Amino acid sequence: MSTTSLRNPWGKPRWLVGITWVYILWSLLPVLLAIRFAFNSGRSRTSLQGWSTKWFFGDNSFSVFGDPTLQDALTHSLVLAGLAMLIATPLGIMLAIGLQRWRGRGSGPANIVALLPLVTPELVFAVGLFLLFTTAMTTIGLGTTAQVIGHVTFSMSFVVVIVRGRLITIGPDVEEAAADLGAPPLAVIWRVLLPLLAPAVAASLLIVFALSIDDFVVSQYLASGADTTTVPMRIYAQARAAPTPALNALATLMLAFTLIALGLAYAIFRFFSRGEKGGSAIEQIASIDSGGGR
Amino acid sequence: MQKRRIWGFFAAPGMVWLGLFFVIAFYAVISVGLGNVDTLYQPIPHWNPIDWNVGYLIQAIESVIPGGQNWDVVVRTAIYIFSAIAISLAIGYPVAYYASRHAGRWRGLVVVLLILPFWISYIMRMFAWTNLLAPDGYGSKVLSALHIDSLLSSIGLLDGTDWLGGQGVTVVIALVYGYVPFLILPLFASLDRIDQRVIEAARDLGAPPASSFWRVILPMSKPGILAGLVLVALPMAGDYYTQTLMSGSPSTSMIGNVINDYIQGGPDKSLGSAMTILLSAVLLLFMLYYLRTLRREQGEVAA
Repeated sequence: MSTTSLRNPWGKPRWLVGITWVYILWSLLPVLLAIRFAFNSGRSRTSLQGWSTKWFFGDNSFSVFGDPTLQDALTHSLVLAGLAMLIATPLGIMLAIGLQRWRGRGSGPANIVALLPLVTPELVFAVGLFLLFTTAMTTIGLGTTAQVIGHVTFSMSFVVVIVRGRLITIGPDVEEAAADLGAPPLAVIWRVLLPLLAPAVAASLLIVFALSIDDFVVSQYLASGADTTTVPMRIYAQARAAPTPALNALATLMLAFTLIALGLAYAIFRFFSRGEKGGSAIEQIASIDSGGGR
Repeated sequence: MQKRRIWGFFAAPGMVWLGLFFVIAFYAVISVGLGNVDTLYQPIPHWNPIDWNVGYLIQAIESVIPGGQNWDVVVRTAIYIFSAIAISLAIGYPVAYYASRHAGRWRGLVVVLLILPFWISYIMRMFAWTNLLAPDGYGSKVLSALHIDSLLSSIGLLDGTDWLGGQGVTVVIALVYGYVPFLILPLFASLDRIDQRVIEAARDLGAPPASSFWRVILPMSKPGILAGLVLVALPMAGDYYTQTLMSGSPSTSMIGNVINDYIQGGPDKSLGSAMTILLSAVLLLFMLYYLRTLRREQGEVAA
């Protein structure tokens, strides 16, 4: 008992260490086990049964690459994520640059509208788009186009937050210098601002990809049938209907794509912002996350 | 002058996009909720406010007040959300506190591990629990070995031993599991911002650790706590998939399930839209509160 009474009361409380690591274990272990079941050689997804990759590549109609519905879901998720990434990033960058400088009538409400998708419950947002495409914009209708539009709309706000954070870090000095030396406004943007924004652009591209590939509610509301089913929709539909480990294999592949995208985002971010002060790259990426619940 | 106009031009494509697919999309909810239906019960939106018909809105309001058919669901949703955010705070605050102030050389790793769940699809994380909580799953076995299932049964929180068979307690724990990472990040940010010298000052002035926590750290992290709780309560209020995956029973339905059933399930899209209008009206204040704190933080960084 003497050690406890002598311990510095201002030191690191041990129970905090314990609770943190127990939490981390609890938050990740179920997912790690779900991945492990994907490699089962048996049919169970509730207990360990040897090792095999047959639920990924097996020569049977149950594996991810043997069952066309699973394979189509994976392809469709990747197509949606790719398109959303290529549309949301340029739109979001321009919006962020514009909002950052635009001071005047209308800029207050514009700022709120640009950030509102971050906090709108996804159900409200998905119901809105569903009704829009089924009543007013029936030429677009439901399907892949509608899904891409939905993903772009919610992920654009994340791009705005990332790029504005970077614009604040850069500050106005470099641009003012370029303008003072006679560069026309568009040249300032193209030759000074965009290169400085490169890490934020890379982070935005891949984070939009990750957000889109993980999305469930918007994809489900705007889907038009079997050929517009995404991976999360397939998992949702089959999770309670006696699935095989192939469903775990599908989830594992989706997670692998997300983590590759994030790893790339992090590496590119590090590469472009090397030698800069102000928080580690990890924490800058972390700070991006403080919006949205999806 | 020309300089200013160019910035407005830059913001234009994004603003037009958000105008069409965010603002007008929400207006579509209002127009359908305040519209009418044709003979096949398909919604006919009334885009012009002069034509608005409040019938469905009144029907929706009558269903969520005491005695209405959705009153039980409203109460249940409130209980689930309050329990889930209270448990999330009890778990999230110590974790964020350790990560921001005491993790030392582990800090980088701890932060990465805390962010990781954010990037794993929510549906996959719920699916992982359906593997574990199945009657023969490892989770059920561990909980049974620790007698947690019999303990919860004896106080009436668990009915039988099937965790996935319509148990409210499973839904609440799943909500905590799903959303606690979103709470930890803003808590981490607000605790990280507290200047170490303030805590040292409290110590030097003779405050014991407990009172320096209650009277210095906790009050200083209050804005972060409130913003974080709002941030996780908002998506919970529109959640229907957690309930379907972890229970699926009408006895654990939340308000999101009711709206989802009206819109995707049956012929009551107009009533579903009216419910969505009500839900948004309730949540709007919370949304604006969160945006205000977000913008204030960005302003601080800029200053």
